[in-house]
Amino acid sequence: MMSIPDELKYGRSHEWVKADGDAVVVGITHYAQDQLGEVVYVELPEVGNAFAVGDELGTLESVKAVSEFLAPVAGEVTEVNTRLEDEPNLVNDDPYGDGWLVKLRGSAESEELLDAAGYKEFLEQESA
Amino acid sequence: MHPWVGAGPEDRRHILAELGLKSIDELFASIPAGVCVDSLNLPPARDENWIRRTLGEMASTNVAMDSMACFLGAGVYRHVQPSIVDAVLSRAEFFTSYTPYQPEISQGTLQVIFEFQTLISRLTGLDSANASLYDGATSLVEAVLFSHRVLRGKRDLVVVAETIHPMYRRVLDTYIEAAGIEVAVVAPGADGRLNPDEIRETAGDRACCVAVQSPNFLGIVEDLPQLAAAAHDGGALAVEVVTEAVSLGLLAGGGSFDFDVVCGEAQSFGIAPGFGGPHLGFFACDSKHLRQMPGRLAGETVDENGERAFCLTLSTREQHIRRAKATSNICTNQGLMALTATVWLEAMGGSGLRELATSCFMRGEELKRRITAVGDPWRIAYPQSPTFNEFLLVGPGSGTDLVKRLASEGVLAGVPTTGWGGSWPDGLLVAVTESNPATDLEALTSALEKLA
Repeated sequence: MMSIPDELKYGRSHEWVKADGDAVVVGITHYAQDQLGEVVYVELPEVGNAFAVGDELGTLESVKAVSEFLAPVAGEVTEVNTRLEDEPNLVNDDPYGDGWLVKLRGSAESEELLDAAGYKEFLEQESA
Repeated sequence: MHPWVGAGPEDRRHILAELGLKSIDELFASIPAGVCVDSLNLPPARDENWIRRTLGEMASTNVAMDSMACFLGAGVYRHVQPSIVDAVLSRAEFFTSYTPYQPEISQGTLQVIFEFQTLISRLTGLDSANASLYDGATSLVEAVLFSHRVLRGKRDLVVVAETIHPMYRRVLDTYIEAAGIEVAVVAPGADGRLNPDEIRETAGDRACCVAVQSPNFLGIVEDLPQLAAAAHDGGALAVEVVTEAVSLGLLAGGGSFDFDVVCGEAQSFGIAPGFGGPHLGFFACDSKHLRQMPGRLAGETVDENGERAFCLTLSTREQHIRRAKATSNICTNQGLMALTATVWLEAMGGSGLRELATSCFMRGEELKRRITAVGDPWRIAYPQSPTFNEFLLVGPGSGTDLVKRLASEGVLAGVPTTGWGGSWPDGLLVAVTESNPATDLEALTSALEKLA
């Protein structure tokens, strides 16, 4: 069973968002990392760059493919998870924790985002 | 219809009927009438023997490189061809297999690629080299696009030395026009070398890379450490292009001087000069930028028995997986030519390559001395500047004119710079290799004396 924590918000391109002061933490969901397979390289954006919703934030390279991850909310990058440079597998091992990707100055209160129940339903529809 | 036999009248009727067309003309109706011809003015068909004999007679009127004292270079060089090279590359396992990369069946090919990469890495002084590219010109293009990617597409200026081979610059222009990258060309100074300050000024903080050739189009060795510093000052990458790869046997590759990319043409490594190639591009970079590298990459691994084995690696950069977002549209390598270069370099060995390069350099210096001794009206365009095995010779007439006059004296004296443009004199690029015996040098010097 895919883990979908209740306290997070979700984007339709399989990113999760968590409020953190005046910023949000962004990562990819358990489902997304499972679909990708073992992540071997993460390309992260530069701190200070601003992104609109749906912009490409960076790329995740797995043994199977390279995929882009998108900005689920708009905002300026305040921090990136530099641990992923040497430990890209954190994205697989702890997608909602140490495997976070970037922090954006922005709000998790967006109508675009789904709650856990909404994301679960979205996944069921997608796989239907 | 057999796949190996051409379509006959019955097949054509069948195909047209299937397509719902009445005639071949209808099939090709989209081709504008103005570019079509109704008939070709050809003689009647001849038998194979007649054709062989007649074309043989025509071919025998050509002047072969080896039939005269030959000093042609300008990006294509004549070097020794040890017979082991042809013997190895003609093996059916290598020769008839079209770039096979599946590790289960292609350990030999993959090992050769891995060795090629290792050799290029050692020669360029950079720790990552790819499986090869088509030719030197496209390697320059790839280096520029690579730099653009490494700097995340934010810098749309590339600073290019005018002394990079003019054909390479034309290929670059063709590619990057569509990529929206601007080219700033920097001319050499009065000594035929680049001025690092001018490079620094032109690049400013807008350039993604500074590309230079050394030895440059005029044969002159550039001041690589200064040029790398000039590129880096404004945050650009430094790219070195090499067209005479044998020079790397004597001159350290740009990687030793902080260049970020060393790329170019490896035809000199065992590939005979020929119209239209084949050529062999190479590309090496610092491994910190490995994921932006274009083309294929062979890696060393272990098989299920723990034995050393080879396979393609980092393929997720490539077009067959990443589609439009691939680092390059090259999804292959120049396999047979990379094999040629590998066998050639391994036959030479490190000391052999150094001896060969030294011999080219010494002969070049000797020829420069002799030409200087002939004197007026002949002169070496940049007499004070260091060269490897090639230099620009100026004489009484245009380069193309001099070529003809010297050929009538039995010497293929060089490649004319006439018509290439460029801020250098119209003359002859004279290249000397180990394949020029002392008698060649004498032949050229006496021809020059005669025409003085």
